[in-house]
Amino acid sequence: MIEFIRDTYTVLWADLRVLRHRITRTLATSLMTPILYLLAFGYGLGRGITFNGYSYLDFVVPGIIALTAMTNSFAGAGSKLHVDRLFYRCFDEILMAPISTSAIVLGKALVGVIRGLISSLAMFVAGAIASPKLLFSPLLPMFIFALFLSCLTFAFLGELIGLTAKSHEDMNTFSNLILLPMTFLSGTFFSLDGVPEILRIALYFLPLTHSSMCLRAAALNQPFPWFSLAALGIYCLTFFVACTLSIRRHGS
Amino acid sequence: MEAIFTKQLSKQYGQIWAVKDLNLEVRHGEIFGFLGPNGAGKTTTIRMLTTLTKPTYGRAWVEGYDVIKEPDKVRATIGVMQQHLSLDRDLTVRENMILRARLHRFSRLEAEKRINELLEYTGLSEHADRPIDTLSGGLQRRAMIACSLIHRPKLLFLDEPTVGLDAHTRRRMWDLIRRLNADGVTIFLTTHYIEEAESLCHRVGIIHQGRLIAVGEPLELRRKVGMYTVVTVKNNGNSHFMYFPDRESATKYVEGLPSDVKTIIVRESSLEDIFVELTGRSVEDS
Repeated sequence: MIEFIRDTYTVLWADLRVLRHRITRTLATSLMTPILYLLAFGYGLGRGITFNGYSYLDFVVPGIIALTAMTNSFAGAGSKLHVDRLFYRCFDEILMAPISTSAIVLGKALVGVIRGLISSLAMFVAGAIASPKLLFSPLLPMFIFALFLSCLTFAFLGELIGLTAKSHEDMNTFSNLILLPMTFLSGTFFSLDGVPEILRIALYFLPLTHSSMCLRAAALNQPFPWFSLAALGIYCLTFFVACTLSIRRHGS
Repeated sequence: MEAIFTKQLSKQYGQIWAVKDLNLEVRHGEIFGFLGPNGAGKTTTIRMLTTLTKPTYGRAWVEGYDVIKEPDKVRATIGVMQQHLSLDRDLTVRENMILRARLHRFSRLEAEKRINELLEYTGLSEHADRPIDTLSGGLQRRAMIACSLIHRPKLLFLDEPTVGLDAHTRRRMWDLIRRLNADGVTIFLTTHYIEEAESLCHRVGIIHQGRLIAVGEPLELRRKVGMYTVVTVKNNGNSHFMYFPDRESATKYVEGLPSDVKTIIVRESSLEDIFVELTGRSVEDS
């Protein structure tokens, strides 16, 4: 177990060194989109709208934090891995090391988690200024736990795509066809209650839906959706196993 | 026990056999050159021997360990320098070395000592804290060798170690490879520079279209094809190569040549002659 933790940290360590060199640029670029969403949807379109007694701003901030977690964890784990594997091919060096596949999978995902958490927490601060309710929710520990689980889930997803994409276009295609629709449809900007039932059922299959629901419930002190937390956990485990199998099949 | 032993090692991609029925032995302490034109199967062979690619069938043992059943033991015993720059370009030389040391579970003190030792050995001490991206091609190659030596491997795989380097840097790299071998490291290197194989290798294997077509000491291979080469160039510019076991038979052949031959050169055969002759023959056969 100690060796596993040590190996995982070793894999993470190299990516952390790189992240340290680029932290300002990473933070600036990763926060641009969510801040624009906050301004456009929270202050622009949503001004004056209320949802079950909450202002639209209170409603939308947890959703934007969820999508910040998703995009940054996904890109943090997937982009560099994809480039290292396909273009620089330095991922082979990690594969050749006498360490376990699980340590590689977890180590490569954790850099995505850290990037996701840094950006989400920065967004959390911006959101808390706009909607101070966030800071005083009694469910704040659940908020942090759900945020961590969301980051881990999307980091494993990013890693999986980074491991399997055959070209840069594949990465872009996944982002445009899966992540972008998920950004807008997963209850981040609107409540799923008003959506036609068939579409709502379909949207429950998207992990970001569950991430948004958990974060929103925790932020607004609503009944916590344990089912969504469990669903996130299942997605997390599934993506982890898929990454492990993908690395094991790498040489065949 | 050989450093490398393969039995019908084969790899198929789609309909194409990148390597087919490779039977090879590499002895401890030698520099073994694996020669072949581009796409002959050299890198696929190295990837199978270093556990990065699974063979379609056949078996291979590296330092006595089965590459399929005991990949972790194989990885702990070997060092690999890949054909392309495989270091993290965003990290410095030292950071890349620390990463390798950590992956091989060195303690902080052990790692520091070994890294300083290797920086000196490879002449990289003054470049240790420069990012890989800012180094010249020759220094990047040396950094790759330094990283691959961290865990004191008994066997080092060098895939085209001097490709893209200028003549001066290439010779410095050869010196380093010889020094490593003199210090007890068995070396398996692929190259398509014949001069490199001739200068460095105790034995060579020639692979063509995935099949091993010759293996032996350079002198032994020269004997097999012919110690002397006669190159003739006709008036129309076409050149022709003929091989002879000794100078006398080559001279006799030259005396009987027709008058339309513009240029005649009689010289000792080189490994390049052997290589062209063997791979050319193989192309004609296929």
